[in-house]
Amino acid sequence: MTTATTVTTTFDADRRWHLHERVALRPEPFGALAYHYGNRRLTFLRSPDLVDLVERLADEPSARAAFTAAGIDDRRWPSFEKALTSLAAGDFIVPEESS
Amino acid sequence: MTALTDQLAQGLNSPICLTWEWTYACDLQCVHCLSSSGRRDPRELSTEEMKGIVDQLAEMQVFYVNIGGGEPMLRPDFFEIVEYCVERGVGVKFSTNGGRITAENAKRLAAMDYVDIQISLDGVDEETNDLIRGEGTHARVRQAMDHLKAAGYPQFKLSVVMTRQNVDQVDAYEALADEYGAELRLTRFRPSGRGIDTWHELHPTSEQQVRLYHWLLERPHVLTGDSFFHLSALGEPLPGLNLCGAGRVVCLIDPVGDVYACPFVLHDEFMAGSVRDEGGFAAIWRSSDLFTSLREPSSPGACASCGSFDACGGGCMAAKFFTGLPLDAPDPECVFGYGEEALKALDADGGAVRPTVSHDHSKPIGVGRKRIPVTIL
Repeated sequence: MTTATTVTTTFDADRRWHLHERVALRPEPFGALAYHYGNRRLTFLRSPDLVDLVERLADEPSARAAFTAAGIDDRRWPSFEKALTSLAAGDFIVPEESS
Repeated sequence: MTALTDQLAQGLNSPICLTWEWTYACDLQCVHCLSSSGRRDPRELSTEEMKGIVDQLAEMQVFYVNIGGGEPMLRPDFFEIVEYCVERGVGVKFSTNGGRITAENAKRLAAMDYVDIQISLDGVDEETNDLIRGEGTHARVRQAMDHLKAAGYPQFKLSVVMTRQNVDQVDAYEALADEYGAELRLTRFRPSGRGIDTWHELHPTSEQQVRLYHWLLERPHVLTGDSFFHLSALGEPLPGLNLCGAGRVVCLIDPVGDVYACPFVLHDEFMAGSVRDEGGFAAIWRSSDLFTSLREPSSPGACASCGSFDACGGGCMAAKFFTGLPLDAPDPECVFGYGEEALKALDADGGAVRPTVSHDHSKPIGVGRKRIPVTIL
């Protein structure tokens, strides 16, 4: 099997992230569906809070700042970090270039 | 079911997996064809109507469509509509018998973005494939695969309907796919279309299905279109949503614009409306009586006392319907054998009354290519 050129990124909450330019979000009753036109992957954002967080990522200097901006309780951060880690692994969200 | 599948079962704003068949015309007469294709239907959608549907799908944010048929490449406007889909941001995955993948068309397809190709080969060797798909088709598909490879088409899908004769060839299929840098896609044979008559002899045995389940568990990268969820009752679930998506996450638009609950139930009983009706596709998807009823919790019926009902959900609606079983009966290929028992009970009761195809587009036998006999066991 070829794995194409997908770069698996480790999630770092201190960096600024944004949705991959080829990812589309579609609102659904449970949250949203995300589709990546590049790697053809489909994933579920399983809560409206997660959708809100993902949409805020680009506007905040770090993922942590986006957690705060989205009003997400500290105790829920680990589960959201896990969700973002999985989105980063699928290349749905990408870190801002550090250059 | 998980909380997510519970929610999916209640329906989505738009389908996840929309199959759209572009024509009933086909130069082959495969014995398992789910849409009984062969002859073009004179009522098929015009180019303008097709583009109108693409506009609706784009508006509904349908990310991609699975194009099938018939043989979609037989439409003279095939490339025009594919290009229109891509332009509107609707990705295209299309299934083909490979007959029209010439060197030139392969190059054209390789140059396009968002276009995935599934090419059908129902036996790794000529004998096995040609009995299902017709004489000479194995050689033709291999040639099409060569054209795609030569054109630098990145990664096509080699698509196989699992039958009693080819299910034990999965290792050879894997090697063949690797040779071409292709992805392997194995799907379940449902007794739909011309399969109503041929399924009983050609579907894999229960021993073969158990072997297939373990083979797939070890290979999560092999695509299955989520079609073997009835096998999840064997233990660990296979990758995928593991639910009957009919009218919930999947549906089908046929070549004349009729909308069915899934690609395997092309039958009047599962027709929800026509895209030509007022409100178009969105109205059917969101509020047709049929789809609304399919999104209500289904009764476990005969499976109520089975501890695995949560794993398989009672199996495939189409498989039950076309073998003459009630929709709350076990799947005819239930891994515990309850489906086989139910079919035997129907036979003992004077014989199963199996539905017939509502709109058969098969070519008349004796005209054109000979129908391949299926008495091969």
